[in-house]
Amino acid sequence: MEPLNALISLSNFMLIPALAYGSQLALGALGITLIFSILRFAHFAHGDTMALGTAAVIGGTLFLQAQGVSIDPLPTALLAIPIGIVVMVLYLLAADRLVYKYFRKVKAKPLTFVMASLGVMFVTNGITRLFMGVGETRFEDGQRFLFTVREFRDFTGMAEGMALRSAQAITIITALIVMVVLFWFLNRTRAGKSMRAYSDNEDLALLSGINPERVVVITWTITAILLVLAGTLYGLDKGFRPFNYFQLLLPMFAAAILGGLGSPIGAIVGAYVVAFAELGITYAWRRVFSYLMPEGLEPTSMMQLLPVDYKFAVTFAILVIVLLFRPTGIFKGKVI
Amino acid sequence: MAEPFLIGEAMTGGYGGADILHDCTIAVEKGEIAVIVGPNGAGKSTAMKAVFGMLDLRKGSVRLDGQEISGLSPQARVAKGMGFVPQTNNIFPSMTVEENLEMGAFIRTDDIRETMAQIYDLFPILRDKRRQAAGELSGGQRQQVAVGRALMTRPSVLMLDEPTAGVSPIVMDELFDRIIEIARTGISILMVEQNARQALNIADKGYVLVQGENRYTDTGAALLADPEVRKSFLGG
Repeated sequence: MEPLNALISLSNFMLIPALAYGSQLALGALGITLIFSILRFAHFAHGDTMALGTAAVIGGTLFLQAQGVSIDPLPTALLAIPIGIVVMVLYLLAADRLVYKYFRKVKAKPLTFVMASLGVMFVTNGITRLFMGVGETRFEDGQRFLFTVREFRDFTGMAEGMALRSAQAITIITALIVMVVLFWFLNRTRAGKSMRAYSDNEDLALLSGINPERVVVITWTITAILLVLAGTLYGLDKGFRPFNYFQLLLPMFAAAILGGLGSPIGAIVGAYVVAFAELGITYAWRRVFSYLMPEGLEPTSMMQLLPVDYKFAVTFAILVIVLLFRPTGIFKGKVI
Repeated sequence: MAEPFLIGEAMTGGYGGADILHDCTIAVEKGEIAVIVGPNGAGKSTAMKAVFGMLDLRKGSVRLDGQEISGLSPQARVAKGMGFVPQTNNIFPSMTVEENLEMGAFIRTDDIRETMAQIYDLFPILRDKRRQAAGELSGGQRQQVAVGRALMTRPSVLMLDEPTAGVSPIVMDELFDRIIEIARTGISILMVEQNARQALNIADKGYVLVQGENRYTDTGAALLADPEVRKSFLGG
């Protein structure tokens, strides 16, 4: 039995990737939950606006690289994030002016909003493909690893190795900082409190002199920041491909609903649960168990519950189970 | 006689369809309590909402301190010094008591701590529970939060739509005591009440509405003493 080697192997193939993936989902799910509680609709365009935001960051990265700007060992894309944020704030506010504002004025049903956001999704998707094509774009530069498997093994002398990629470390740290800042903003600042008040009781917020249009603008701005960060970090980690971003819609919504729609802390918890479930159920546990089980009892099969191709089935199952048995989610959110 | 501090005069109108109010007049003097009572569907809440600008009047006018405010939106009336406590959904449930009060003072740009301290003095229980989510409080305490929120703008008129709906008789007495206290600080109170007898007891002026019209208007004591009113509206 070698529990330490088991843990290292588990960290390398499952825990670290799940933590990074969960952080990316959390940033996306936070945006979904904010839009749901303030604008009161399920934002289906979230995945594709995330793709467009990342495309803007990639554009910025290419431009900076052409100028010879570099912040090695960090990826240049980090420097281009503000460009992406500005583009996406403008894009989302334009979408709000052109599409959603009208439906707010006529007090349309939430389903109408969802369909409108579906329209925005298709348009956004088209724009992204126009610029980026449908193939994969890699834009990670700088130092790729904080430490590699070989370095780890040489350093510790363990049989198993573990690597930490820069993109993963950057993702986890950035997500942590963003969450702390977001909670500080929502709980401590006047603008943040006015957002929560508006989410709690629209009519009373109006009576208290809170300007709904201002709340809407702040919400889109925060959403833009969150989704550009989420998209860029995901792209650095796994490469950029528009279709993958569209597919992220399912785990992000599953995370927000599992945590409780409208609850920011729920979105974060939900995101990590979804990420760990997706990776845990599709992970081949053989190696870990070969270290954990007594001699002679090592597993002979792969010990993989589902092939990796089915990872979205895991998420879908979580979504169905939550909606059936606890539609308010872990933190008692709203029901769609 | 000088004009009352707040008056909705000869108000006629409704929510779009048929008129609910017919030539209805409601007024309150500075620092006094005016109560609107009447049977179900008499248009009590509607009359109050009309004064606050929540429905369109076809005829009549609303004046605050001699100033015509009929054309103003409810938010603009709040800025003019009117506070309104709706009957239901009158708090921010997921926010703490203190945040509820802060949101009440959203339009103010000066220091609000003194007003907040005054409200905690008026409702001491809220001071103890200021870090608790308002939605977790009891019915009576929620009403206190709701009244406190409306007082945060330091209004000159406070309008209450059935403040004692759904609270126990003991809590109701307590709330009425607090309302008298608020009126003593010079704030005019206009309220709609189901518990007509108790409300008229503390009222300087009472309005009995029936089908959107003024049926009886007098001091609270006189209405309580009036055998007609007692028989028809106060159960003998």
